[in-house]
Amino acid sequence: MKQAKRDHPTPPAWATAILRMFCSAYLIDEFEDDLNQLFHERVRSVGIRRARWRYIEDVFSLLRPLLLRTKSSNSRNPSHIDMLRNYIKIAFRNLFKNSTYSAINIFGLSIGMTTAILVGLWVWDEISYNKYHGHYDRIPRVMQHQTYNGVTNTTIATPLPMRAALQNEHGSDFTYIVSSSWTRDYILAFGDKKLSRKGNCVEPDFPLMMSLKMLRGTAANFANPTSALLSESVAKALFGSEDPLNKIIRIDNKRHFKVVGVYEDLPYSTELREVTILLPWKFFLEEEPWVKRSETNWGNNSFLLLVQIAPNTDFAQINSKIRSIKARHAKEEARFDPQAFLHPMSKWHLYSEWENGLPVRGRIQYVWLFGLIGAFVLLLACINFMNLATARSQKRAKEVGVRKVVGSVRSQLIAQFFSESILIASIAAICALFLVQILLPFFNQIADKQIVFPWDSGKSWLLGLGFTVFTGLLAGSYPALYLSGFRPVKALRGTFQTGRFAALPRQALVVVQFTVSVTLVIGTVVVLRQIRHAKDRPVGFDRAGLVSVAINTTELQDHSRALLHELRQTGLALNAGKSSSPTSEVWSSDASFSWPGKDPDQLGDLGTVGVTHGYGQTVGWQLKQGRDFSNGFSTDNLGMVINESAARFMGLKNAVGTKIAWNNEQYTIIGVIGDVITGSPFMPIQPTVFMLKEDWASFIHIRLNPALGSRQALTRLESIFKRYNPGSPFEYRFASQEYALKFSTEERIGTLSTLFSSLAIFISCLGLLGLALYFAEQRQKEIGIRKVLGASVGTLWQMLSKDFLILVGIACLVAIPVAFTAMRHWLEQYTYRTDLSWWIFVVTILGALVVTILTVSVQAVKASLQNPVKILRDH
Amino acid sequence: MSDIYETNNSMKGTYLGEFEEVVLLAVAIRTGDAYGATIVLEIEQQMGRTVSLGSVHTALHRLQEKGLVKSEFGGATGERGGRSKRLYLATSLGRRSLEEIRQIRNQMWDTIPKIAWS
Repeated sequence: MKQAKRDHPTPPAWATAILRMFCSAYLIDEFEDDLNQLFHERVRSVGIRRARWRYIEDVFSLLRPLLLRTKSSNSRNPSHIDMLRNYIKIAFRNLFKNSTYSAINIFGLSIGMTTAILVGLWVWDEISYNKYHGHYDRIPRVMQHQTYNGVTNTTIATPLPMRAALQNEHGSDFTYIVSSSWTRDYILAFGDKKLSRKGNCVEPDFPLMMSLKMLRGTAANFANPTSALLSESVAKALFGSEDPLNKIIRIDNKRHFKVVGVYEDLPYSTELREVTILLPWKFFLEEEPWVKRSETNWGNNSFLLLVQIAPNTDFAQINSKIRSIKARHAKEEARFDPQAFLHPMSKWHLYSEWENGLPVRGRIQYVWLFGLIGAFVLLLACINFMNLATARSQKRAKEVGVRKVVGSVRSQLIAQFFSESILIASIAAICALFLVQILLPFFNQIADKQIVFPWDSGKSWLLGLGFTVFTGLLAGSYPALYLSGFRPVKALRGTFQTGRFAALPRQALVVVQFTVSVTLVIGTVVVLRQIRHAKDRPVGFDRAGLVSVAINTTELQDHSRALLHELRQTGLALNAGKSSSPTSEVWSSDASFSWPGKDPDQLGDLGTVGVTHGYGQTVGWQLKQGRDFSNGFSTDNLGMVINESAARFMGLKNAVGTKIAWNNEQYTIIGVIGDVITGSPFMPIQPTVFMLKEDWASFIHIRLNPALGSRQALTRLESIFKRYNPGSPFEYRFASQEYALKFSTEERIGTLSTLFSSLAIFISCLGLLGLALYFAEQRQKEIGIRKVLGASVGTLWQMLSKDFLILVGIACLVAIPVAFTAMRHWLEQYTYRTDLSWWIFVVTILGALVVTILTVSVQAVKASLQNPVKILRDH
Repeated sequence: MSDIYETNNSMKGTYLGEFEEVVLLAVAIRTGDAYGATIVLEIEQQMGRTVSLGSVHTALHRLQEKGLVKSEFGGATGERGGRSKRLYLATSLGRRSLEEIRQIRNQMWDTIPKIAWS
């Protein structure tokens, strides 16, 4: 061979190399063929030396721009793009050929993606809360830990002198210090127009600190004590298209303010979104005598204190400085171990709950929870894709074999399967975008959000693209790696065997799917049970037809007796009364009660509600001992009605007749009522005392006459209120509505988890359906033969369903401890909680098995019912 | 050397260089077996002058652009290890332009007065 090669003349290799270096790939073959042929021809005719020389000349003659530049219209050397085109063509053919599987895949994936996108938007909205404010990362509110009766409470309420102390002692650490009142309803009047809107009284620096965007006027004029700032929506509601600037408005029907500016509405995802009117702090100070008195009172924790820290410092530094500020200034408060600290704005929304002085839970747990669920639902859809792809691998084994024989390397096959899965993911993503667009309004309603899909943000598209590719890669990873590893010879010869354990990964994935789904379902059932449990808790009063109206003007305060009289007189109300707190809240408490047998170390901290005669009858509370307040006893002015929790708290067996000392007066307990749920229905009830204090009253409660329709009753109620309280719009609340609001957080979680777990189950079943469909089809021949040999439909059905049932069974076994641990942890945050009964688990598992059987059976039965003759003949 | 002829009014804009004409002729001669190497050999043999492969391919390229030749992939031959190769064919347009050139030349020949040769 070597000899022959030496005899055989060859052209100069370097010239060929040059040609190869410069010439476009698809032309090289043609040129080289020509060169070689000419070379051999010339060796024969003019000798090797001349032939070589001419070869070199020809090579250089070919190196001209025209020839190097030209592109072939019918190239023979496929580039990457061409291969990709081929992959996509094959992918589309596969999609149409197996339309059922494709539909299952795309449908499942797009639902998974929709869920993931919605959850992603929700999570994004949650974590970007409050970011509207420019100094978002520099603004904290001052909060306090205080310890009573061995329990550390954490509150955002601070005493007023704290503001002055911070200013005087640490003024250089703060850019702004701003005191604020709580957000409450104000009545705004301009001309005949009257509105009730929420707002705060704040110091002049507030607009600057919160970077409110002034649309009209300037925030600088806000320093004047008779000026007011309105949000855009309030200005529009009050003035319509008129220019709001310098208009005089009346607030709460007594004081006048000049509108000096209009600011852009705070977005829905800010903590201060309800603040739509800003009134000057000085007005608050002058208007309310108790506020003025509080200026030196360290014991009255009743104000919101916001600060912006100076550029050269940080939260930790200031925290260490201000920690003991209250104890230093107020010796009598030191026994509560008050500790002040800064709570950064970035944590207001997500980290807002404390227990024993340490941050616990808060909304962040839901961000994690739903984020996790969203990821899981997407994972479930990806698992479907993987399972169907691997299950159908036998069908594609031949294709892989042929491709390998023709010269595909493994990386090309991996690329092929990835491009196929990314194609499917892209189709699913487009469907998902449509679904998101349709579902977003419903989702916003369920989740109490105002999320808008960021169609116009390049970043979100990029993210979406990355997300799609990621999903495609995730879904395609297993098939790509698994299918590309086939040995071509075996695959083509048809002796391709999946082996005993080939199905193992697929089975494992099904188990994962159902574990996740069953866990979610158990979780949902527990959440719903917990809500039900709290709703079934005895409320302690009668909500039906009970209406409350806030006493919002002095006129109403002055004329309320006459009004109540008229309400009863006209038969509009069965009963009516006044109180200082809403029916299912206790707004104030006092720690200075004492009673016989009280432990001196115990703090006499009781909720206090001031009521009038008739309040008890109006709300329908239930007397357990003694009697209600009565006009017949003048001594009732120093009488008390307590709730059962208070009797327990004070350790009184026979409470009626017990003397209680408070505010230098001796009160006598005249009655004990059953507990009324105040605060959270999931928590223990606050020990509360009720006293006859008409001057405390801020609400009028009316038990409507059930003989009148509620619409008619409300119209008449409105006309009466308008007469007694002309300066205010008529606004009322049903006690039942107010009470229902207490469940809103839990109900939202309940709705969302119901939604997610049904999606999870649905996607998992979709996957099972696909697998069942496939196996039934694959085993058609076997089924035919079995039928011919006498197998009954029942046996065949059993044969086809058994495997799946076992897998789901295993999944259930895995899910039980997971769900049990997780839900026990979740329930621990509620004092009043349901138990994790065994039946929840049993019912869920039975449900999962039934759903599995139903899903699989449709296919199994269909396959078993086929005519064996037909199947066996066809194949 | 002026080697550009305007072939015809009807084909205004289609110029055929002298070398292109030669290549086109060679393609026509070698119909069914016309590719780079054979065209080179054909021209060398017929004209007795050396031509480079590069100039032939350039000419082929231009002829193809003008629509005077077309190329297609021909059958595999043992000679080339079974690879199919690109073969050039004169189109009818190519054939017509050759004929026109020839006709013009004949016409010119015919108009030469006898006297010129004395």
